[in-house]
Amino acid sequence: MLDWIQSLGHRGLSRLAAFGRAGQLLMQSLIARPEPITMFPLLIKQLYFVGVLSLIIIVVSGGFIGMVLGLQGYTILVDYGSEQAVGQMVALSLVRELAPVVTALLFAGRAGSALTAEIGLMKATEQLASFEMIGVDPMRRIIAPRLWAGFISMPILTIIFSVVGVWGGALVAVEWLGIFDGSFWANMQQAVDFRADVLNGVIKAVVFGFVVTWIAVFEGYDCIPTSEGISQATTRTVVFSSLAVLGLDFLLTALMFGEL
Amino acid sequence: MRMRTMEISVGFLMLAGFLALVVLALNVSGLNLSDQGGGYKVYARFDNIGGLTPRAKVAMSGVQIGEVTAIRLDPQMLMAEVEMKIRDDVDFLSTDSSAQILTSGLLGEQYIGITSGAEDEMLADGDRISDTQSALVLEDLIGKFLFNEVSD
Amino acid sequence: MDPLSDNIIDIRAMTFSRGSRTIFDSIDIQVPRSKVTAIMGPSGTGKTTLLKLIGGQLKPDAGQILLDGDNIPTLGRSELFAARERMGMLFQSGALFTDMSVFENVAFPIRVHTDLSADMIRDVVLMKLQAVGLRGAADLMPSELSGGMARRVALARAIALDPDIVMYDEPFTGQDPIAMGVLVNLIRRLNQALGHTSIVVSHDINETLSIADYVYIVADGRVIAKGSPEELASVESDQVRQFMQGLPDGPVPFHYPAPDYLQQLLQGSR
Repeated sequence: MLDWIQSLGHRGLSRLAAFGRAGQLLMQSLIARPEPITMFPLLIKQLYFVGVLSLIIIVVSGGFIGMVLGLQGYTILVDYGSEQAVGQMVALSLVRELAPVVTALLFAGRAGSALTAEIGLMKATEQLASFEMIGVDPMRRIIAPRLWAGFISMPILTIIFSVVGVWGGALVAVEWLGIFDGSFWANMQQAVDFRADVLNGVIKAVVFGFVVTWIAVFEGYDCIPTSEGISQATTRTVVFSSLAVLGLDFLLTALMFGEL
Repeated sequence: MRMRTMEISVGFLMLAGFLALVVLALNVSGLNLSDQGGGYKVYARFDNIGGLTPRAKVAMSGVQIGEVTAIRLDPQMLMAEVEMKIRDDVDFLSTDSSAQILTSGLLGEQYIGITSGAEDEMLADGDRISDTQSALVLEDLIGKFLFNEVSD
Repeated sequence: MDPLSDNIIDIRAMTFSRGSRTIFDSIDIQVPRSKVTAIMGPSGTGKTTLLKLIGGQLKPDAGQILLDGDNIPTLGRSELFAARERMGMLFQSGALFTDMSVFENVAFPIRVHTDLSADMIRDVVLMKLQAVGLRGAADLMPSELSGGMARRVALARAIALDPDIVMYDEPFTGQDPIAMGVLVNLIRRLNQALGHTSIVVSHDINETLSIADYVYIVADGRVIAKGSPEELASVESDQVRQFMQGLPDGPVPFHYPAPDYLQQLLQGSR
């Protein structure tokens, strides 16, 4: 029992230390002397890997989730004779919740794990040390562009997810189930507020993008530079960022929409 | 060459994101850019506003002509005072127009319906609509119905 | 040859520990200018750590590491980067940047530290690649190279800025005999042609001894022997002899510490 408490305390402390190192990484890579001009081509490259390559999975999942919402919403609402409200249901659940959360989870799996593995491999093959020996700070050369690329692409992917999802819902509800498309869109436009719903969703996406990328980059940078260490770090990235996204989502929802 | 395709595809991502935001703004949330600036304010007092909320629509013959911007309680009259913004191009509401709180559908949202009167003078910014009719409250309605049944 | 006459690197009473384990216990090492100095020792004695200490990537707990009189651990950030410009390092794995071509890898330090025109950079890079015999591989990606070739490209990158010191971290490990011969030859030839100082960290005895001018043998955090290869051959120390001749048992035991063999067998499974 005492051993158990001791090991718990030990693990807690080492987590705390890791958290401190993560903060240090953020400071060194973002706040200390950014170099926007030399960073730009690197940023484009990372935006390609992190953003463009995640686009397909985002579009496909967005479409399917919108379609499922349309179908489920219809079968529930038709009992109350208010199937016209399916548009607002699809749009609100997407814009407020599903788009930021599901995009962040997919992003953690698709881009976050790749970032961790890439940086971990760079560490294991001494590329990070090599940058240092050449006199280039790996924080600014490797870490900073990846962090920025994550921060920038997450909100964009979320917005695209929302739109594709709404279209998917419209496809099912209007084209297949035959809801009058005027009332579908009008109800939606009546219910969705740009400031309160759309922008709050985007704010969530920005927060999630920040957290997921931060975790991914840190786990890669902090991993034990062996093949086993990299695979553990990749797993940790997906697990921690998923938990962080879901936890933060509740917090942000309570702040934005709740009466807390 | 590879850098070039990368730049183009990242540009495409940015553009897609921007267009998607525009779609969200205009098509999904119904943000109407044209009515943001223009409009004049009109006030009306109601005994009971029911479930009316700010941003509810103000309509004439079912066509939206403005929206509710604020709802206050008037402490002297002990009535609800509703502030609404009417679009500038709707300048043909006479001073004796009447406002009533209506419900769209059986369980739908509540909105304000305006019916124009016969006066030659038109409503201007800051004017008050005096002829108002409050929201139908279901409980009152049921109460009246029962009372009539009993009295018969 | 007196190694103490003109030293480019002078490590004095340097102590370094990682966690509770002392890796270097107040060691002194002098690296003579324009010579090949080998630092040898069994695996796990922190030879790579020593190179990282010289490169300023790690800081010692005590003592000095002087590069031409400048104490590296106390240098500020920009001075440290200036000092690193004078050093080239060949990492054990080559450490080529996987997202750049061979050409870009060699050009990278030149681009970072100079304002040369694209033409000049191209000429310098091709010269360096020619020196390691891989001019024809300039457009390949690192993933397309064999291990020996990758290490030669990394060597070309390490000497791209004509450094004063080139550090080799286990350059021979895991190479086939041909690649090994090529590397041995290259290290010797480049050292003579370019006049830089070479520090070779290795446990490949024959290859290292064939190119080294001066050798340090490090074990258990201390220098257990030093001298020219000829001098070391005559050292009368069990520890040195075991290492130099590759004897399986000696002061470094064949068996990892364990309870008594017979007793453990008789004990049965617990």
